Amino acid sequence: MTVLAIKDLNVTFSTEGGRLHALKDVSFDVPERRIVGVVGESGCGKSTLINAILGLLADNGSIDAGSIAFEGEDLTRLGPAKMQELRGQKISTVFQDPMGALNPVLSVGRQMRNIQYRSGRSRSEKDARSEAMLRQVRIPDAQAALARYPHEFSGGMRQRVAIAMALMMKPALLIADEPTTALDATLEVATIELLRELQQDIACSVLFISHHLGVIAELCDDVVVMYAGEVVERGTTRQVFHTPRHPYARRLLECDPARQSGRTRHLPTIPGEVPDLRQRPPGCVFATRCDQRVDACDKVPPDVAVESGHVARCVLAEAR
Amino acid sequence: MSGILEIRDVEVTFEVGPLMRRRSILGVAGVSFDLHSGETFAIVGESGSGKTTLARAINGLQAISTGSIRFDEQRIDTLGARSMKPLRRRMSMMFQDPVGSLSPRMKVGNLIAEPFRIHGIVDKNPSVEVPRLLSLVGLTPEFADRYPHQLSGGQARRVGVARAIALNPDLIIADEPTAGLDVSVQGEVLNLLNDLRERLGLAMIIITHNLHVVHHVADRMAVMYLGRFVEVGDTDEIFRAPRHPYTAALLSANPEPDPDKARDRIALPAEVPSLLARPAGCEFHSRCPWVAARCKSEAPDFVQSETRKVACHTPLELGARPPEMEVTQ
Repeated sequence: MTVLAIKDLNVTFSTEGGRLHALKDVSFDVPERRIVGVVGESGCGKSTLINAILGLLADNGSIDAGSIAFEGEDLTRLGPAKMQELRGQKISTVFQDPMGALNPVLSVGRQMRNIQYRSGRSRSEKDARSEAMLRQVRIPDAQAALARYPHEFSGGMRQRVAIAMALMMKPALLIADEPTTALDATLEVATIELLRELQQDIACSVLFISHHLGVIAELCDDVVVMYAGEVVERGTTRQVFHTPRHPYARRLLECDPARQSGRTRHLPTIPGEVPDLRQRPPGCVFATRCDQRVDACDKVPPDVAVESGHVARCVLAEAR
Repeated sequence: MSGILEIRDVEVTFEVGPLMRRRSILGVAGVSFDLHSGETFAIVGESGSGKTTLARAINGLQAISTGSIRFDEQRIDTLGARSMKPLRRRMSMMFQDPVGSLSPRMKVGNLIAEPFRIHGIVDKNPSVEVPRLLSLVGLTPEFADRYPHQLSGGQARRVGVARAIALNPDLIIADEPTAGLDVSVQGEVLNLLNDLRERLGLAMIIITHNLHVVHHVADRMAVMYLGRFVEVGDTDEIFRAPRHPYTAALLSANPEPDPDKARDRIALPAEVPSLLARPAGCEFHSRCPWVAARCKSEAPDFVQSETRKVACHTPLELGARPPEMEVTQ
């Protein structure tokens, strides 16, 4: 079953300089019990995508077309009250900065109790559940930790507290937005291993946003590559990392300093700039920076299924 | 090669806690190193390990409690703001947040000309200097009329670089120069820094937690843990054969962009000790897979052997594995 199915999603923002087409014809699925990674440069629409799913688009933003089906129900048609019920219960989030996600003046235990206000449990049951959850994310001395405040935890522990809170209500979908960016390599790895373990335990799906290709390769089952508000390639992590079919995905992987085996003073880059999203080119959005450009790129590129589950939005990506 | 910067036993203390129960913690706990002109030195460590505090101390933005800092053979940690100012034009700082470190109300042209104004340099004509600096960092002259919010992250970083090199400094301190930038833009910024360093003969200190970045740009590197250097040496050498267990764990943890790569990790307990309760003996012993009885009571010296300095009683041999190896998938 598919937990989240996004189909032909289009989001625009009205700005002083005209309408900004932030997401264009975005389609992908988050299947049950899978971790789907979203990669792309800043400004490619990752945050807009999350906000659209959560029903938290800014006032000047609107979903112009397409659907976001969560467990079969189209979120774009739900009212604010219904969305509020889903958030934190069925869909929860972990953000890059855990300090910003935790209330600095309430103890962790109090915040974790508050999350369970709909559960109908007694106060001591709620606290016991909080403690168990902290233990599960390997916070030492979990009972005492409940009485502590967010600033009393280290960065890595704080992020684990945030993960515990996000998974408290056993959501069907966890959205993790760059959750390890602020951590060093050892804590980053520990955090993604923990996420993987909890995801299997709770049997939820995860939408994992990152621009760290190494973390995506290690954690995710499937990958969605975004560029300038479009999904240019999607497939299993192996398909996309081993045989990228969209020129942008290929270049992005080549650019990762981790791919340079020998030490080099000159790292590869992608020359050119992302187009102005208020004036999208009529054809392929990557054409101006693409080194394989052909005449057909002036027309809207098709979504080519190069293999089962592996789709690239490029005229050159014929099926094998 | 002459030493441009000489850091000796620098400590930075912070007062924390409520007024009546005030305690002091060591943010930087005795750091020493030398930097030569034309050299790039990377400082690696997790958030909270004291990297940024050390950078601020070098630049005179943070007072130090003990130790000394010499810049071009002149002691600078004892200087007041007035005498520090002429030296600051010779060492510039790039702060972490590329857009946040630019005033949102100034145009790029003014931002780049600002260092000249601050230091009262009148013999340079901004209408010549600004386009020159913009072209040095790979931006067209039209960028002078833009505001910071009209720049992408990579462009804002380039403007930050232009500001940093405006006064022809001898030293640039770059705090997380690639944080928040995408891999393609990361490459551009690092190439730019490498290129400028070669052309202008700059010395550079790069503070980061991205090990891939360190590997490609730094000549020498230091690994910082709880405010101390635990290992210092030649970058290639350290990547080939880390000798401190923390360095070895960091390098083995570095995620690689290959889903099928076999991973042979050194797993560390994730509990980083608090600066308020530093462990006795070697401060890494609470997380060290190789811990021995001696490590719990006796702090190791920072021992120099050939080109490497390591703070460990039993530095690792090449390819050493922890006693109880845990292989993570």
